Amino acid sequence: MGRIATITRRTLLVGAVAVAGGVAFGTWRYRTPYANPLLDGLGEREAAITPYVRIDADGVTLITPRADKGQGVYHVQAALLAEELDVDLDQVRVDPGPPSKAYWNTALAEEAADFMVPSAGMMQEAATVGLSAVMKFIGLQITGGSTTVPDQFEKLRRAGAVARETLKAAAAKQAGVSVARLKTERGEVILPDGSRVTYVELAPIAATIEPVNDVALRDPSQWRLIGKPMQRIDMVAKCTGTQVYGIDESIDGMVHATVLLNPAQRGPINGFDASAAGKMRGVKAVVPVTGGVGIVADNTWRAFQAAKAVKADWGKTAFPDTMDGHWKALADSFVSDRQDSRNRDDGNVETAIAESAPVEAEYRAPYLAHAPLEPISAIVRVGDDGVDVWTGTQIPRFTQANVAKITGVDSEKVRVHVYMMGGSFGHRLEDEVVKQAAEIAVQMKGTPVKLTYSREQDMTHDFPRQIAMARLRGTVKDGKVETMDLGIAMPSVMASQMSRQGLSTAGPDNQIVAGAWDQPFAIPNQRITGYRTPDLAPISSWRSVGASSNGFFYNAALDELVEAAGADPMQERLRLCNDPLARKVLEAVAGMSNWTSARPGEKRGRGVALTKSFGVHCAEVVEVTDTPNGIRIDKAWVAAEVGTVVDPVNFDNLVKGGVIFGLAHAMNCEITYTGGIADQTNFHAFEGLRFYQCPEIEVRGLENGSRVHGIGEPPVPPAAPALAGAIFAATGTRLREMPFNKFVDFA
Amino acid sequence: MQLTVNGKTVEVDVEPDMPLLWVLRDELGLTGTKYGCGIAQCGACTVHVGGMPVRACQMAAADVDGDIVTIEGLGTPEALHAVQAAWIEHQVVQCGYCQSGQIMAAAALLDSNPEPSDEDIDAVMSANLCRCGTYPRIREAVKTAATKLQGA
Repeated sequence: MGRIATITRRTLLVGAVAVAGGVAFGTWRYRTPYANPLLDGLGEREAAITPYVRIDADGVTLITPRADKGQGVYHVQAALLAEELDVDLDQVRVDPGPPSKAYWNTALAEEAADFMVPSAGMMQEAATVGLSAVMKFIGLQITGGSTTVPDQFEKLRRAGAVARETLKAAAAKQAGVSVARLKTERGEVILPDGSRVTYVELAPIAATIEPVNDVALRDPSQWRLIGKPMQRIDMVAKCTGTQVYGIDESIDGMVHATVLLNPAQRGPINGFDASAAGKMRGVKAVVPVTGGVGIVADNTWRAFQAAKAVKADWGKTAFPDTMDGHWKALADSFVSDRQDSRNRDDGNVETAIAESAPVEAEYRAPYLAHAPLEPISAIVRVGDDGVDVWTGTQIPRFTQANVAKITGVDSEKVRVHVYMMGGSFGHRLEDEVVKQAAEIAVQMKGTPVKLTYSREQDMTHDFPRQIAMARLRGTVKDGKVETMDLGIAMPSVMASQMSRQGLSTAGPDNQIVAGAWDQPFAIPNQRITGYRTPDLAPISSWRSVGASSNGFFYNAALDELVEAAGADPMQERLRLCNDPLARKVLEAVAGMSNWTSARPGEKRGRGVALTKSFGVHCAEVVEVTDTPNGIRIDKAWVAAEVGTVVDPVNFDNLVKGGVIFGLAHAMNCEITYTGGIADQTNFHAFEGLRFYQCPEIEVRGLENGSRVHGIGEPPVPPAAPALAGAIFAATGTRLREMPFNKFVDFA
Repeated sequence: MQLTVNGKTVEVDVEPDMPLLWVLRDELGLTGTKYGCGIAQCGACTVHVGGMPVRACQMAAADVDGDIVTIEGLGTPEALHAVQAAWIEHQVVQCGYCQSGQIMAAAALLDSNPEPSDEDIDAVMSANLCRCGTYPRIREAVKTAATKLQGA
């Protein structure tokens, strides 16, 4: 680690503009596919900058354009800026872009679009994109930074450095001293005589001079904040009930709405009778929306109650009536016609298998709801001067276009105000709730309509994680794993997700084999084949996407072969490992857990798994005990290679959360459909892991690599296979299908 | 009907069966109390009524028989309750949406049981779901809060 960035002016030029009483620093926007009338009346320079730092009479404000769904990106972005700016997080405000300042917010929307839409063509009307672009979109979006952290890591520090040096130049000009004699600390420039001038005082002067772009980023040895434990900036608000999430926002004159959608996912509505609902207390309107009915009242509960009184005639969905039908479609996909990719084909699989009786097994992973604890909601107001949208979203730019289409207003006049999200896990990469709110709002012009999904609507109308199946054939020789031929079948997540944005996709979908085809194990004969199942239930990106099922498939298959070879799961992985970074991760968890054997004692078992996903090698060891009440998960050890740990506290929290997320769903969660209707409607049937079931978790971040990575997703995929391995070691029961509570009880 | 919320008496005109949750959120604008499931499975709506922890999604407005304390009344950013202070010290939150309920549940536990065992903490806190997986830090924070409250 520790590469010092040198960024040329050509790649990133930080500019400065005057704002009322001060100055703003940010990057110049090169790509502006759309002119924005909101920028009319502003100076050319003001309109052309995407700000990160604003200094005015109110103080220093750090602007953090990436939306936060709980993973702490507001905090991390602020820390990167503060590091070079020489301010501390306790003396600045952090602003994701206040809705009250449309100019800033619009600029932020542009910035967010740059992060999210790597190809400007993606938003163009020709709605066909290659899957590589879509892949990048997903990689950027769902990780909250797995692929953008390297970019932001330099970009934001550089913005802070340019601001600092420009403020120093302003101080030098004002005091008539050489810049070289100036220092900075806690938002002040220190003059040679020891006196101090605040950034706020210097801001108006800084706005009049050329920004100092010739700056070198500090060596990691000089970092004050990065790599050290920090107090996350949203902690106090979230512990005092003062954090405003999208569901909490209130706009003057607002009404409360909900929707009643065809219980059969994406099925049509043939007609409805709202005569009883319309007479209920507080109900203001019952209106049609796509696939259902919108119920508008003066209180959310009254809307929920009235929704129960609406009678509707529902149409059918197109996908299979039973889960057997879904599984059959997957099972039928392992044929050459359906082959989507074969990115890895080492050695000679067919010869090896022909020469010995192969180990064969089949694995299954179910549909899973995202189920963030904040049910989805959106407020939309269709006004005379455009449309305002207040919501938590990861795709503001798509949403802007979709709302424009529904309301018939130019997308430049659709203002999307993005809110802190009470979780997402990929849920808010979809925007059906915003579209439905817009459909209602356009029928109630001038009135802000807040649409809140009931938990039941949220869970049953989620676009879940892909259902998937894998088949293994493999061989062992002389106590070693010799051959792994793994086929993985699933519908295309990317195609399903993009179809709802009116985009078609082309080429193979790498998510079908993500977390499997590129694993750091040199099995002599190794073939990983992706098979694309025709669309079943509509699906979407779920925390770690393809790797969420494939990390299980690959490691479970490897464990099966390790057992056949009579080898130790840890030792055989170490022997096969052909990547030095991955090896260190495995060695770390082996050491942390003091691994000697998969069977540390009577009724106890340990499992190990390693998955490389989103560029991060993450290894986990899970230990369980087979108790009279069922399997108890005692402990987990985790190591991940991320290049640089920006904030050790947030890192620790995200890794533990990822492990728990992986364990929870593997234990007892699935979404099943009967006649197109989700059978699980609320947390009683999609419970996850409760407090008393939570193991102790020990975490280590490794910094041997040169690239900086995000950590939101990589801890998820290895959790399920490590748990399955532990249960096998403790009980002899080999688990090949999630959720595991179909086969074993959990204490 | 009249309710006392965070020390203030308020008049609300609602159906007797409207859950307290929606009275707080939509009638009184106290949005610190969260809607998560509506069926007492997640605990995000936990408030205190007459000093006892209740799931506000399950308590009808007409059944409220004591003073109500919500997360906003437990403590404020300027004057934190010991449980909130412990949560901040341990940096418990991720998305934070469940934490109002977690904190209210923990505060009620420590009110009635100042020295809870691990099993006591398990029994109470297992009624609250966290989708982000902050349970390990919640456990640490409950213990810290217990120590602080005892020293107070």
